Amino acid sequence: MQAADAVRCERLTVRFTTERGTVTALENIDLAIPRGSFLTLLGPSGCGKSTLLRVMADLIEPSSGKMSVMGDVPAVARLNREIGFVFQDAALLPWRNVLSNVTLPLEVGGGKALPGARAPQDLLALVGLSGWEQAYPHELSGGMRQRVAIARALVSGPRLLLMDEPFGALDEITRDRLNEELLQVWASTGTTIVFVTHSIYEAAFLGQKVLLLAARPGRVRELVPVTLGTPRQLAMRETPEFVALAGHLRRVLETC
Amino acid sequence: MSSQAEPAAQSAAIGAAFADDAEAQARFLAHKRYLAWRRRLLPVGAVLLFLLLWWQAVERFDIKPFIAPSPVAVAQVLYERFDMLMSNLLPTAIEAVCGFLLGNFAAICLATAFVWRKTMEEALFPIAVMVNTIPVVAKAPILVLLLGNGMEPKIAIAAIICFFPTLVNMTRGLRDVRSEQLELMRVLSATPSEVFFRIRVPNALPYLFSALKIAASTAVIGAIVGEWIGSTRGIGALIIQSTYNFDSPLLYATIVVGSTFSALFFGVISVIERRTLRWNVGHNA
Repeated sequence: MQAADAVRCERLTVRFTTERGTVTALENIDLAIPRGSFLTLLGPSGCGKSTLLRVMADLIEPSSGKMSVMGDVPAVARLNREIGFVFQDAALLPWRNVLSNVTLPLEVGGGKALPGARAPQDLLALVGLSGWEQAYPHELSGGMRQRVAIARALVSGPRLLLMDEPFGALDEITRDRLNEELLQVWASTGTTIVFVTHSIYEAAFLGQKVLLLAARPGRVRELVPVTLGTPRQLAMRETPEFVALAGHLRRVLETC
Repeated sequence: MSSQAEPAAQSAAIGAAFADDAEAQARFLAHKRYLAWRRRLLPVGAVLLFLLLWWQAVERFDIKPFIAPSPVAVAQVLYERFDMLMSNLLPTAIEAVCGFLLGNFAAICLATAFVWRKTMEEALFPIAVMVNTIPVVAKAPILVLLLGNGMEPKIAIAAIICFFPTLVNMTRGLRDVRSEQLELMRVLSATPSEVFFRIRVPNALPYLFSALKIAASTAVIGAIVGEWIGSTRGIGALIIQSTYNFDSPLLYATIVVGSTFSALFFGVISVIERRTLRWNVGHNA
């Protein structure tokens, strides 16, 4: 059964030790994310949602418990280039133009072969940036930079895409459009996506399931299935179903 | 206008917006040209005014040439003894450029070592600070004693003077990398050398060029100070000779030659910087 899950954690605990003492960021997280699914992580600040994402990407070591990504420990998944990561502020390299930012993952990693690699031009077309190959990051708007970051995360053909509040700094109209586009990217690539957000509407609109985390210490509060149909359209956010779901998420969040 | 319009539609919209208002755009460009010319002409005007005041002051108050020469006398020396001045500039220029290359190369290497192993920085940085606290005029005789009376001690002084600002800036540039860029490289399983050449080095370039622009002027100063001690040729030697001979027009002309070279050197580095760091305009703006 394990192979069917993209990510699995069992009693995962992460503690940080600082001068002011030990902080438990995550405590006893049990979670299984099926392959090809879209999970959103929602919770108050300090609930450890970014930490959980970083443990999946092998950027943080768990203190105890088990985490497996694509049936192996995160480090192996990382070395096999199974993971794409999109940061909150795009993290593009300002000295590279759009095209060479997207091709960066193909150049690094010690020359390891990437059988799942995708054509950079196709990905730029997928995120609506054809014709912008030669532009530099400072010439792009925030939304366009984030599109480049998504194309970059997908170019090596990862089977797991981790997104850490990627649209948090964007205006609402741009965010809505990118949400719709991300769902198209998900549909056309079949990648498993784990998406961290602090927006109730984003979490409910994007995810097949919403994982609500409570803070101090970070722990699973509730795994809420989203019953909206597919393909999702922005207009669905006005349906009574969506409003009820958002209301439920809000009420749970208030007690987190 | 939405910032996320289709690219083609967006550029078409921008094109239309400009085409609509050709007259306003012409006015805008004319104003921009006016500002550009003003930026060029104002300093030239100020220098000319200063020279005029200086010249008039020397004439009116009958200032003796050995106290301060008239700019006309300085111009005369520059014209009549141009070949002699140039043959003295040549060794100074060679020393400054060689010292610049050597000092900066050494600083870049040491900064790389510092970033590679923090231990290196902890052990060696205090020594670099100590060396930097010794005044140039004190380093000069020590190096002449060590390296003889040729070009070597002058090159060494120019190199040492360039070394410290570049070391500090380059170390900072290689180290001040945004943590997300490093996390990205880790997710991509990049090797340490890939992180160094693809992230740290390009990140350090703006810092490096700031240091190189400082070094371009200080290297010339270093070479000149080096020539003060027991040299017979070079801008520094000429400054000492003309001072002792009370030949103030020659002294001033020598300074003009040395400063002009310094400014040209600075200009060359600035041009290279602009060519290399086109991507950095967003940060400078």
